[in-house]
Parts: sequence; C-alpha cells; structure tokens
Amino acid sequence: MIELERAPSHPPGTAGRLRREALAAYAFMERNFFLARRYWGWEIAFLVYNITSSLSVLYIGKAQEVNSQHLILYLGIGTLVWSYLRSVFANISEMIAWERWEGTIEYTMMAPVSRLTHMLGVSLFSVLYGIARTAILFLAIALLFDVNLGNANFGGALVVILFGSLSFIGVGIMAAVLPLLFTERGEEMTFIISSVLLLVSGVYYPVSVLPGWMQSLARVSPATYVLEGMRATVLDGRATAELGHYLLPMAVIGLLTIPVGMAVFNAVERYAKRTGRLKRSG
Amino acid sequence: MHARPGTVTHGTAESLPAVTVEHLTKTFVRRSLVRRRRLQTVRALDDVTFHVQQREIFGILGVNGSGKSTLIRVLSTLIVPDAGTVRIFGCDLARDEAEIKRLINRVSVEASFFKKLSAMENLLYALRLYGRAGRGLRVDIVSILGRLGLEPGQISQPMEQLSRGMQQKVAIARAFLTAPVLLLLDEPTTGLDPRSKQDVQQFIRQLRDEHDATSILCTHDMDEAERLCDRIAVIDRGRLIAVDTADGLKRTAANLVGRPVATLEDAFFQLTGRDLHAEALEPVA
Repeated sequence: MIELERAPSHPPGTAGRLRREALAAYAFMERNFFLARRYWGWEIAFLVYNITSSLSVLYIGKAQEVNSQHLILYLGIGTLVWSYLRSVFANISEMIAWERWEGTIEYTMMAPVSRLTHMLGVSLFSVLYGIARTAILFLAIALLFDVNLGNANFGGALVVILFGSLSFIGVGIMAAVLPLLFTERGEEMTFIISSVLLLVSGVYYPVSVLPGWMQSLARVSPATYVLEGMRATVLDGRATAELGHYLLPMAVIGLLTIPVGMAVFNAVERYAKRTGRLKRSG
Repeated sequence: MHARPGTVTHGTAESLPAVTVEHLTKTFVRRSLVRRRRLQTVRALDDVTFHVQQREIFGILGVNGSGKSTLIRVLSTLIVPDAGTVRIFGCDLARDEAEIKRLINRVSVEASFFKKLSAMENLLYALRLYGRAGRGLRVDIVSILGRLGLEPGQISQPMEQLSRGMQQKVAIARAFLTAPVLLLLDEPTTGLDPRSKQDVQQFIRQLRDEHDATSILCTHDMDEAERLCDRIAVIDRGRLIAVDTADGLKRTAANLVGRPVATLEDAFFQLTGRDLHAEALEPVA
C-alpha cells in the first residue's frame, strides 16, 4: 500500500498559499529546464543557427572598408539583443502552443495555480534561458572579432536589459493569447509578431531609414528602445542617469502590457472554456 | 448545521454532499470562419441533475459522444456551462474555481504527458503544481510507480518509450499522489491489461477507504461499473436517463420491459435503446 497525504481539511492560509505559488513558479522553471535538456539536439541546432546567422551579419560589417569597427559593434549589439529578446518572447508566447502540442494543456490549466504564477514561472525561465544563450553568442563573437568595449557603460546596459525584459514579458503574455484563441493557427501568428518586431525595431539598422509608417510601428515596439538604449550605453558610453529617454517608454510598455496582458489572457481563457477550445491539438 | 464550503469533513453525518449538479446544460456551436454562420449545434449536456455523496464511487455510463467527457470536463473546471449550477464540497464552480481546483484531480483516457520527459520529471512537475515538495517526493514517486508495475529503469525513460498501459499507470499515479478529495476518472482503464485494471480499481478503493476520497468514474466496462460503483448514472444524448445502484437499474429496466433483466449491459440497452458500444454524434469539443 502507498501512503498518501490526506488532503487538508481547510483551505491553506496566506502563508501556505504563497508557499504553494512559489513552488508552482519553480515547477514551471524546472519543467522548462527538463524540456530544454531532453530536446538537447534541437537546442544545439538552434544555437548553431543563431551563432552562424549572427556571425554572417557581423562579417557584412567587417567587409565595409569605412568605419568597420563601429559597424561590427553596432551589428553585434543588434544580434545579441535580438537573440535575447526573441528568446524571452518565444518562450512566453509559445507556452500555450507547446502545451497544446504535448497534450498537457488541460492538466496545467486545471492545476490549483494562479495564472500570474504560471506566467511568472515561465517568464523567469525565459529570462535565464535568454541570458545563457546570449552569453554563448557573445563568447562566439568575442572569439572571432576584435571589438573595443573600453567606452561601454555595462551597468547602464544591464538596467536597459532589465527594463527591456519587463516590456518583452508583457508583449509575450499578450501574444500567448493567440494560441489560446486560435487552436490551429495561433503559433504562426506569434511568429509573425516577432518577425514584424525584427523588421521595425532597428536590429541591424537605424529606425530612421524605415518608411514613415514603419517608424510609427517602431515607436510602439519595446525592442526599439532596448536596442537604442544598449547602443547608447555600449557604443557611446552614455551614463545611466541619462537613459531616461529609453527607460521611460520601456517602463510604460511593461507596466501597461503585463497587467493588460494578464487581464486579456484571463478573459480569453474564460472564452476558451466557454467554447471548448481548451484542449490538446496534435 | 453544515460544514463551510471547501471543507472536507471526512465522513461526518453533517458533511456536505461531495458534488451537487443541478440543471446543467452545455451546447457547443461550430461556426463558419468567415460569416460566423452556425454549422453544427450539439447539446452535450441537457438539464443534468444529480448528487454524489462523500466517499461514494459514482459511475457514469453512456455511449461515445453521450456527454460523459463534457460532464467530467465541466467538473474539472475546463468547460464553462451555459446554465445550471455545480457545487463541489459546497464550493460554487462559477465563483470558487480556485478552491475547487485544490480539491480535485482527473485521469482521462489520454495519458497527457510531456512526451520527451520521463515519468519522474512529469510527476515532479505535476506534484509541485499541487504544492507537494520535499525530499520524500521522489521516494513516493518511485514507490507508487513500482507498486503499479514500472521497473526502476522505466521511471527515468522518456514517456514516449513507455507502452500506452504504462503511460496510463503514470497518469493514475499523478492523480493519486496529489491525494484529491474528488477524483474524476474518464475511462481510466481503457487499454489496460486485466492485472493493471485490477491495480487501478484497487487504488480507487484505497483512496476511498483510507482517504475518504469521492470518485466519479466514466466507463464502458460494465463489470468495472458494477464491481466498483455505489451508484451509476446512465447518460444518453446529454440527458440523464437514470441514477441508481446496478441492481436498481436492472429492476427499473425490468419494470420497463416487463421481464427480468439479468445484466447491466441489458439494463443499459433497455433504458437508452442503444448498444453501449455504439457511437453517438460527437460533440464539437
């Protein structure tokens, strides 16, 4: 016979509830770590693709005869920041699509865990995962290119990336609604969003070269401010106190998109439960 | 005086009913993508009313598409009904969803696991979501999986390398290790060999006898229903036709046809006019 814990007779108190939510957030992080470890072949394939495509872009910079050092650094910041932001966005926005595909979505959704905790666990993992991948990419770039970072304000860069992460978590939560709403096509839609962000946010070029209507899109993309802020701190050595111009829009986007994204997600989850869409596919 | 909602009273005379379902109705509508025109409407649950007492093993019999799984998914908080009320240990499904989630778990016909993760990794994830932690957790997982017949080597294998029967046993372990007070079972023994079926049935009884758990069991297996269930509901085209003990259902069917009805299968046929293995129109969800 197996000894089972008897279910508690009364609902847990505040401390008990907080402990359970913290444990659940850890469960999502640990699960995603297990998944990354089990899908190691794909992890390596994506990492190699990420490194080679980034290096290809940097060699375009090196091929230019005028000011190639500055260009390499400009493009390097673009590839590194985009690699990080794309990773955070993808991990969060694809969490529902992934669970639909695996067939576990119903079990996750019926677990006694708040949706905020669910998002928090997935977001924390995505930030750690993004940092690890970007660090490997940075090492590869540092090995092959002689870049001078003597002027960089690394503290300021860290502040920018923290604010940028917040804003991208919010956008990722909003995008995660799509696979909940559209059982078959939701994942493709999140891919389109990240592609548009790549185009308009100035990853490899200044936003000023874009047509006017694309520049309007760039103004609402958090990636634009992360990239401009990173270039200001790493390329130009701008002091942290002077970064308000970049940090304020990121903070506003983060503070708006996270609660709005959560509210939209809860509303769409309710709609999915009303229409019977909360089920596996594949 | 009744216990307060969400409180499990472990079998006192004053205890709340485990489940109260009243006038539950759910219709699924499939619409065309462009004009949102109705293509198909299926009434999956039609004015369903029943009560389940604490510690009861309550069976639900019906053909495929009769509304059994929709009912289980409503009780699991995965489908919002159109009308009617559901109370689980006094908690209202519409108002107290978070509290209800703490009290229930479910085993469905599909095992539903992360395919590349091992049984241990899948169970660690699931149990942490239910607030279980500590060093004993891995020991408990190994112990229950061993009891269900998994070799130690199989516990660390990816789920996709286990047979369907083994996967289903891991699903049973997942539900049991969270020690739910209401266990929702949607054809949990489908595809299992006779020995595994017996193990699962024994676990359901163990949960009731030692942990005062209540179970709602959807099944096609007449022997299983008769052997395990205290009462059985017969559901057809979303409507509840009858609720009684197995013998009571046979008597009702006998009164209906004016001759003795010897088996539960015959009783089901007489009550619904259908063979239990027939297919009804599948709901959209």
